[in-house]
Amino acid sequence: MYILKLILRNALRHKLRTLLTIVGIAIAVLAFGIMRTVVTSWYSGVESSQANRMLTVHKVSFIFDLPLAYRDQITKVPGVKKVSFANWFQGIYIDKNQFFARLAVDPETIWDVSPEFVVSDSVKEALKKQRNACVIGAKLEHDYNLHVGDLMSIEGDIYPGKWQMQVVGIYRGKDQTVDETQMLFNWHYLDEELKQNEPGRDGHVGWYILQIENPNDRARISAAVDDLFTNSSAETKTQTEKEFQQSFVSMSGAILTAINVVAFVIIGIILLVLSNTMAMTARERIGEYAVMRTLGFSTRNISQLVAGESLLISLLGGLIGLAVTFPLCAAIQKIVPTGWFPVFNVETATVVLAFGSAIAAGVIAAAFPISRAIGMRIVDGLRHIG
Amino acid sequence: MAIVSIQKLSKSYWRDSHEIPVLRDISFEIPEGDFLGLMGPSGSGKTTLLNLIAGIDKPTAGRIDVAGTDISTMSESALAGWRARHIGFVFQFYNLLPVLTARENVELPLFLSKLSKKERKEHVEFALKVVGLEERMNHYPKQLSGGQEQRVAIARAIVTDPTLLVADEPTGDLDKSSAEEILKLLERLNSEFKKTVVMVTHDPRAAERAHSVRHLDKGELS
Repeated sequence: MYILKLILRNALRHKLRTLLTIVGIAIAVLAFGIMRTVVTSWYSGVESSQANRMLTVHKVSFIFDLPLAYRDQITKVPGVKKVSFANWFQGIYIDKNQFFARLAVDPETIWDVSPEFVVSDSVKEALKKQRNACVIGAKLEHDYNLHVGDLMSIEGDIYPGKWQMQVVGIYRGKDQTVDETQMLFNWHYLDEELKQNEPGRDGHVGWYILQIENPNDRARISAAVDDLFTNSSAETKTQTEKEFQQSFVSMSGAILTAINVVAFVIIGIILLVLSNTMAMTARERIGEYAVMRTLGFSTRNISQLVAGESLLISLLGGLIGLAVTFPLCAAIQKIVPTGWFPVFNVETATVVLAFGSAIAAGVIAAAFPISRAIGMRIVDGLRHIG
Repeated sequence: MAIVSIQKLSKSYWRDSHEIPVLRDISFEIPEGDFLGLMGPSGSGKTTLLNLIAGIDKPTAGRIDVAGTDISTMSESALAGWRARHIGFVFQFYNLLPVLTARENVELPLFLSKLSKKERKEHVEFALKVVGLEERMNHYPKQLSGGQEQRVAIARAIVTDPTLLVADEPTGDLDKSSAEEILKLLERLNSEFKKTVVMVTHDPRAAERAHSVRHLDKGELS
């Protein structure tokens, strides 16, 4: 107990210095937490990918469409359980700053291949029956104050024209890693409008979504599907959902790497801030440590004193930093436009990493002062007094 | 009976590649219950000798026996435990921990013992009573005068009931009347509590209070 009392009293000896160090660590942990959350949010699509889901896109680029006729052939490939499809619609809702995914989906199959979207049977039926029906994520409902029955007017860009969808239901993610900022509307509405206004563009889909029976068969299924369309006018590339998402994320790879590097540089800053404080502390107290050793305290006791103070400061800084990270991330998600970060949750791994870094900094920062305090001969330490 | 026995003791320091002898081939004994004054000019080696007797420094050659134990060959960790049990050290500059009250400072060495909280409290109160500071036990060092701080330091030195009380210039930083109080206290600890005291001083008036005085000059006893 006396060690704890001494640690606490020592930490409070220079209140301003200790406070500034704690604040410095807290800010560093906060910055680390936010940066890691940005990176993990970016990768959230990759992380939430289903192992039994594959995507078939145009071999040249996913921006090119594929014929709807491919669906029946893909369905026949052994191991493929279900096939759905979708088109990236995009368009402008309210203004260009309102970014969220707007997809034309096959109302018959989309829910089968997307079990992470929780939606009622009546909503599924409504999407099938009503041509201009759309289902929106719960976050869109909240952020745009949309309700079932509301109309959403969208100015088309990839598919020009004025489009009007009616909200028939809300979907929720089965857990917090699921993107709840998508608008999914009936693909047949798009197809029929294209048939009328842009003949030739109809009957095409952006990508196929394959639900497979066994994830271990993905290589075989990928080869089998792509072989079907070799030398056709629209050759395909079939990959796992994870690979597909990663190809998206890799476009921003340099930025993400930079953010990651900066996040880890921040850990170095934590270490320097704390090391500086602990080095000053050890220098000031070298005489006191010598006195304690004269009284019979062991080098282990002295090490506990120094390490305890270092850990106390880093622990407090880490806890305060983390405590602020959660509300600040929530605030950031509210401030940034919907869809920028569909999922912006502070992950457990980020918490562990941030807190672990603070604790590790506490241990490492104590190493030099400890070696100085216990490595010095008592008689040399006593000369620092007076 | 000798409580301290020193045989052919030498101590040298090395600066760069030069050996600087501080103590040369010293042999003497300190009887149990003695109040020994060690005198000598600055640099004569008296503090070094005191440190060696207290087990906070190691000799280059020779042997030191304190209460029948050869401490010259003990390991660092064994010496720490030995000091806690056998040595009470009084420093020139008191060296109290500023974050602890007088009571807590005196209690500090007792945390190395197996005493219960109640026993520690009794020991602390007794030690502070001996030095006449029971009224100031909750004061921090900065709230005490130099003389009072030194009395707290003496209470800290005697609270474990050590075999040997060593004092390095205990009056060196005090005014005349405070110095007088401290010397009286050391005398009392020696006469009333039968503590063996070894005191380094270069104040002849302080040395007068000792039962015996040994002079050191250029590392040799005279």
